[in-house]
Amino acid sequence: MADKPRIKLPKDAKTGEIIQIKTLISHVMETGLRKDASGNVIPRKIINKFTCEFNGKPVFSADIEAAVAANPYLQFAAKVEESGTFKFTWIDDDGTVTTAEEKITVA
Amino acid sequence: MRHLTRRDALALGAGATAFAIVVESVPAFAAPKEAADEIAKFSGGKALEPGKITIDLPEIAENGNTVPLSIIVDYPMNAEKYVSDILVVADGNPRPGLATFHLTPMSGRAEAATRIRLAATQNIIVVAKTSDGKFLTDQKQVKVTIGGCGG
Repeated sequence: MADKPRIKLPKDAKTGEIIQIKTLISHVMETGLRKDASGNVIPRKIINKFTCEFNGKPVFSADIEAAVAANPYLQFAAKVEESGTFKFTWIDDDGTVTTAEEKITVA
Repeated sequence: MRHLTRRDALALGAGATAFAIVVESVPAFAAPKEAADEIAKFSGGKALEPGKITIDLPEIAENGNTVPLSIIVDYPMNAEKYVSDILVVADGNPRPGLATFHLTPMSGRAEAATRIRLAATQNIIVVAKTSDGKFLTDQKQVKVTIGGCGG
């Protein structure tokens, strides 16, 4: 989890424009179904929740299951009416919260 | 107990093999029923309307470890009428749930994309819940060459 999440979105947009946001965070997404060499189940450890807010208002969120691939990638849309900040949050099974912010200028 | 003839022994062996195959293949994967249960829980048992959803998935996924999935729901996204939740389930994975996306009018477009793991060839079922109480659904089959659930 040392890596910074990667986020792709335009730096600026027109008022009312629908932009596309792509996010990716490095994470093993261990399913809890696999066994190690000695036959012990490897405990589950996944990102189970992702949220995206714009200026404090919810835009998009996802409840993620173990069937989402490692390094979970999420792509979604957002309609921007004003300049502001997108805040992204990833929540790990172990309670670790990773956040990131991106600004956008809307004119 | 009488002695087993050679023929009996063979028949027993074949039966045991057949039994073993059945036992092995059943418990590891969620039955379509579990996927249906998941959907029923999401929709509260309401009727689902087919259509309006575009599911973009490869027809054949060579590597089940990471399969690109993209969903677009053809529905307005304004304050009165919008898609609020999108449930994605798989009917042939060890567990049926893949992800649930929650959208708002600020999403602008009812779409989401991610990458998923698939254990075997199966159907991906998408159910979209709208703010006016409709449940739209569609599904698509993916053929998986190498399963992606380890184990």
